[in-house]
Amino acid sequence: MAKITIDGRQYDVDETDNVLKVALSKGFDLPYFCWHPELHSVGACRQCAVKQYKNGDDTQGQIAMACMTPASDGSLFSISDNEAAEMRAQVVEWLMINHPHDCAVCEEGGECHLQDMTLMTGHTRRRYIGPKRTHRNQNLGPFISHEMNRCIACYRCVRYYRDYADGNDLRALGSHMNVYFGRDTDGPFENEFSGNLVEVCPTGVFTDKTLGAHYIRKWDLQNAPSICTHCSLGCNTSPGSRRGELRRIQNRYHGEINHYFLCDRGRFGAGFTTRDDRPRQPLSRSANNVLEPVAKDDAIAAVRQAIASGRAIGIGSPRASIEDNYALRHLLGAEHFVNGLSAAESRASHAVRDLLADNANHIATLREVESCDAVFVIGEDVTQTAPRLALSLRQSAKTKHFELARAANIPKWHARAVHEAGQHHYNPIFEATPAATRLQDITAESTHGDAQTIAQLAFAVASRLDSQAPAPSNVDDELLKRAEIIAETLRNATKPLIVVGTGLGDSDVVTAAGNVMKALTTANDAAQIFPTLLEANSLGMSLFDAPSIDHALTQVESGDVDTLVVNQNDIFERAPTHRVDAVLKNLKNLVVLDHSLTETTARADHVLPAGSFAEADGTLINNEGRAQRFFQVFISEGPIQETWRWCADLARALGRPVRWNGMDDLITAIVDELPQFAGIQDAAPSQSFRKAGMRFPRGTHRQAARTALYAEIDVRERRPEVDADSALSFSMEGYHGSELPSELLAYAYAPGWESNQQAITRFQDEVGGHLKMGDPGVRIMTSKDNGGYTKLPQTNSDGGGWRVAPRYHIFDSESQSARAPAIAERVNGRQITVNRASADKLGVADGDSLSITIDGDALSLPVAIDDSLGDQVIGIPIGSQGVSGVHAASQVEA
Amino acid sequence: MLSVLRTIWMVLLHSFRKRDTVLYPEVKPYLPPRYRGRIVLTRDPDGAERCVACNLCSVACPVDCISVIKGEDETGRWYPDTFQINFSRCIYCGFCEEACPTYAIQLTPDFEMGEFDRQKMVYEKSDLTISGVGKRPGYNYYRVAGMAVGGKDKGEAVSESEPVDIKTLLP
Repeated sequence: MAKITIDGRQYDVDETDNVLKVALSKGFDLPYFCWHPELHSVGACRQCAVKQYKNGDDTQGQIAMACMTPASDGSLFSISDNEAAEMRAQVVEWLMINHPHDCAVCEEGGECHLQDMTLMTGHTRRRYIGPKRTHRNQNLGPFISHEMNRCIACYRCVRYYRDYADGNDLRALGSHMNVYFGRDTDGPFENEFSGNLVEVCPTGVFTDKTLGAHYIRKWDLQNAPSICTHCSLGCNTSPGSRRGELRRIQNRYHGEINHYFLCDRGRFGAGFTTRDDRPRQPLSRSANNVLEPVAKDDAIAAVRQAIASGRAIGIGSPRASIEDNYALRHLLGAEHFVNGLSAAESRASHAVRDLLADNANHIATLREVESCDAVFVIGEDVTQTAPRLALSLRQSAKTKHFELARAANIPKWHARAVHEAGQHHYNPIFEATPAATRLQDITAESTHGDAQTIAQLAFAVASRLDSQAPAPSNVDDELLKRAEIIAETLRNATKPLIVVGTGLGDSDVVTAAGNVMKALTTANDAAQIFPTLLEANSLGMSLFDAPSIDHALTQVESGDVDTLVVNQNDIFERAPTHRVDAVLKNLKNLVVLDHSLTETTARADHVLPAGSFAEADGTLINNEGRAQRFFQVFISEGPIQETWRWCADLARALGRPVRWNGMDDLITAIVDELPQFAGIQDAAPSQSFRKAGMRFPRGTHRQAARTALYAEIDVRERRPEVDADSALSFSMEGYHGSELPSELLAYAYAPGWESNQQAITRFQDEVGGHLKMGDPGVRIMTSKDNGGYTKLPQTNSDGGGWRVAPRYHIFDSESQSARAPAIAERVNGRQITVNRASADKLGVADGDSLSITIDGDALSLPVAIDDSLGDQVIGIPIGSQGVSGVHAASQVEA
Repeated sequence: MLSVLRTIWMVLLHSFRKRDTVLYPEVKPYLPPRYRGRIVLTRDPDGAERCVACNLCSVACPVDCISVIKGEDETGRWYPDTFQINFSRCIYCGFCEEACPTYAIQLTPDFEMGEFDRQKMVYEKSDLTISGVGKRPGYNYYRVAGMAVGGKDKGEAVSESEPVDIKTLLP
């Protein structure tokens, strides 16, 4: 702790911070551009000039850049000093010299950091009349628009893209007046985190193209606190809507999870909610075998009839909230409910649940991942299945830089110096995956093999860490040598981390990780585990203790069940196509509640339009066992409603008691009936929560066009919609103060700070730290020790057959986001991958078409040679262009 | 008594004064050009619509009676896809005109907008757009702004230099 004086007042601050961070944390309005809490200081823009004084007698003082000045004990500063203020005004003026006078036609306008800073410094009139430099733009693909004229050359973009996200196809080209930020040629950014440039850029050089296509200013967006539904990490998002249509996804700061950054799948993947082919009306199959819209009451009556007359089973979904799934379970009874996961995924997800319960005190948060100093990734290609984790793992590797800098007495915020001190030294990351991944540029060593090999390696590592742990037998020496190195590194690390996932659909991999954790934690209490699952609520589904979808299919096959009620799930993703086909043919009735036209929806007899995350409230449980609430963004026109509302309507129609009316009752009912979910009631304030008698606004304080928005339909203004399910309001009215609970913070704005990444500063305990009112969500996993090590599974090393390695793709493998038009544009030509030896054996060359049979389904795709794959292993693309999911046995014939 | 007589005298005198009351609508009053009445959308000197759908009028409006939805043509030029003013709410304050960065929206001295049906007070873009430049001759926003649009490439706006050649080795 140090004491520094700013404008005559003394503050207790951390002496390892710089003055800019300290001043912002203490609430000062100090303009800046190139500094960013995650990218630290380079002192490039000269905007944060302050006056520094030698001592109390010094009246002259000297100008210093706040971001490059340590907050050392006893130092004296002035922000309001005239000379400093004048300097800041001049800096903005020269940064603005070439600015193109196009705020009116700029997507950044209204949430632009450059606008904020010109206003803050008081530069209101252009004096420069000379020629402005201009630039040509590049076409950067479907996600991001480029308008280089607006650039002020702060270098934030390249520092984020190259130094933080480790991308290499964005660079600063040219020098002096010619400096240009772009790619060598036109084309989309290769990095999976390029969307953050939209928020990192303080001007309008990089803007969201998906928002631009149906543009609306920030102040007109109706936002809600939401959770990304495109992977299991539960990143917090702030979707914005207008006129009942989702317009964009923006990052919502969470100090423990995503903090400032999202992945491109999360940011641009919400387009599935605005597709034209989406069911928006209840549909019923007509006499001539097509789905036709029917009235809501008729639809309910028809579904009631289907459920009442048949033997029905409900299929839940890892995409849907706990509430939706519980409501379906409640409608049909616990014994008639399956968790909607494929058999393999269900086993693996249950193994993860047990792993978390076993290590409840060692579960890392995504933020903690960044500070781990040795990582062992077991089986998961995280860039493709839990993308945001890959960005955090990259930071964990770079923690080494800060360590080396500290040894050289370099302050942690001195970005360039830290980078130079670190050079190419990274903390070790070991990967054991089926094939080379996008992380290979920073991994210390990668091991490639099928699920069995990976599990064996993990078992070997565990046995090397602790001799009590069972060692695998007949493992080749090469693998043992690797295990020795990994074990040695993990043992010597101060904060080792194990990452494991369900992507391989193999529970042995997860239990092997459990052994590694057990061996690690006996020696080092700081060891951390970070599991990933495949979908937003996969862990939540495993907590239901319900059987997998296999159970439902078997019941239909045996004739015990003749009606399926499917909640937001596509059965074709969960079991082999030929099997599902046969099952659907034998059904009397298929009822689907969904927001997308999936293959299952297309085959349904009755479709009830369910709300997507944007039209529903619900709770999701992320990969670390954190329950988080997402809130309805807008009320859509027509009968779209939450699955749990549909289920309540159906239960009433069936004459069964419904114990809930709104979210609060529903959550109470869940916790009463299923104690494993205790805690989810605390994930967000209840629907009756108020501050000073007020609700919490979804709209900004200056939402415009209220009396004209729907005037062409009816000139009389609509009555404001009332939210029956949460403490939020569907308007600009409500509590705007600084004590707004983090869970209900729909968007970031503070007076003078319009841009998302900068405004959030006012809601943090310190800049880049936790949210003042607490980071949202509660951990609900309770500790449960299952005792000793898990025994080795029986290996069936027949050696002869072909084995499957699922290959995921960030934009193709998650079926909701894959429906978003912008995302779909980024998926092209997925291939079956094999190594050269296997290709020779199969008699195919690179680019040839290969037909295989996987789980009894035929698949024909071009072949690509990937020598990182093991022998006899066939890489199968998971997603719309390959196989739709990891199924039961995954047997393959070539 | 005297005061009563004085009053009657005064009234009598007033009967011979010039009338202040104008016989509207037969006689139209003079309204200065800057009088704030019916709102119009003007065109730039080249005849293209001036409005770029920036939404500043909409947000400046104290009664929130303007709704604009942005459209973009294939050359990148922004224009209002729809422009809607609910005149039954408009208070003719002129804030929209002040906020407009392109001089597109202007208030005119016409106030004769009475309707029996309130729904008819909702004006669409086609009702608002006029064919001239209004009070601001000469100004063309896209000639000043740095964005490339149809008919104006990068570097062709007012006081702009040629686009930088990023491949050159010269400093």
